[in-house]
Amino acid sequence: MTLWLMFFVIGVVTYAIRLSCIGLLGQREMPALLLKSLRFVPLTVLPAIILPQLFLRNNTLALSIQNPRWMAGILAAIVAWRTRNVLLTIAVGMVGLWVLQFVLER
Amino acid sequence: MVSKRSEFLTGIKEILPILLGVLPFGLIYGVSARSAGLPVLAAQAMSFIVFAGSAQFVTVQLISAGVPVSIVILTACLLNLRHALYSASIAPYVKRLPRRWKMLLAYVLTDEAYAVTITHYRQSDGAGIRSVASNNDARFVTPKHWYFLGAGLTLWIVWQISTAVGILLGANVPTSWSLDFTLPLTFIALVVPALKTRAEWIAAGTAGIIAVLAVGLPLNLGLLVATFTGMAIGLGVEVKAGGR
Repeated sequence: MTLWLMFFVIGVVTYAIRLSCIGLLGQREMPALLLKSLRFVPLTVLPAIILPQLFLRNNTLALSIQNPRWMAGILAAIVAWRTRNVLLTIAVGMVGLWVLQFVLER
Repeated sequence: MVSKRSEFLTGIKEILPILLGVLPFGLIYGVSARSAGLPVLAAQAMSFIVFAGSAQFVTVQLISAGVPVSIVILTACLLNLRHALYSASIAPYVKRLPRRWKMLLAYVLTDEAYAVTITHYRQSDGAGIRSVASNNDARFVTPKHWYFLGAGLTLWIVWQISTAVGILLGANVPTSWSLDFTLPLTFIALVVPALKTRAEWIAAGTAGIIAVLAVGLPLNLGLLVATFTGMAIGLGVEVKAGGR
């Protein structure tokens, strides 16, 4: 029961957050500075999600070669930068991770 | 003039490659929800009610760690606060749509749907966001919201199916496959090609580095601190460089 209540609250709040500006912004104009800064939203949120997953292990910095994730991540970033291909980026990143994990376990 | 139908189909087509990253992620959510001891129905219900991958993951992790309900709710909601920024970013393009459209589109506004939709709005809209914002003609409605719906709905269907499969598979997928890594990889594939100017690279780098350094902050606040600092610094660099 607590579980369902918890999901319900999270769901309602999430929906309210998503609807917030879409729903409230009637015919009002948005300030130019706000529009300009919003361009940076996806460019900053995504790296802030990505980098901790690459460089942290159990919430501590893991920059050694014992951590294959940052190496596979950088490899994927290079592929994304050169090819702009989503599928290829994911494929190279996953294969890279598996190979590195395999090598490190030797 | 592009038709509604072709916009809808283009939305489906352009989110398809991203689904390769979403599919295993949904699968893992299902598997981890079951191994955390969530009942089958509740685990799938969260995909319907919340429909936000990373928040669902965090919720499952915290539940299995025995964290108090209020903290779980707060953390999941904080994590989803970034959607307010997406909402603000997409709002100028959908502001002339009827209310029922806005309510529907808000439900499918996820990281992935936002990423492809905002790119689509900007690409095919030559003059960019400013022309939309300054055009007060009520008839100025393009069928691009059909693209948004096509992308969002496709993602929704794939998310429901993949989490259901994961829940049914239960603990049969070995963690050594590291399928959770497809999430950061998907995000890398989305963000790296979008970085063009110096200001954008600096903003992205700043946000990423601060997120790593601020991991000790309570309640996942690091994510928001990193985002806002990155935005402010990127904006500062851009203004100093004379804008664009």
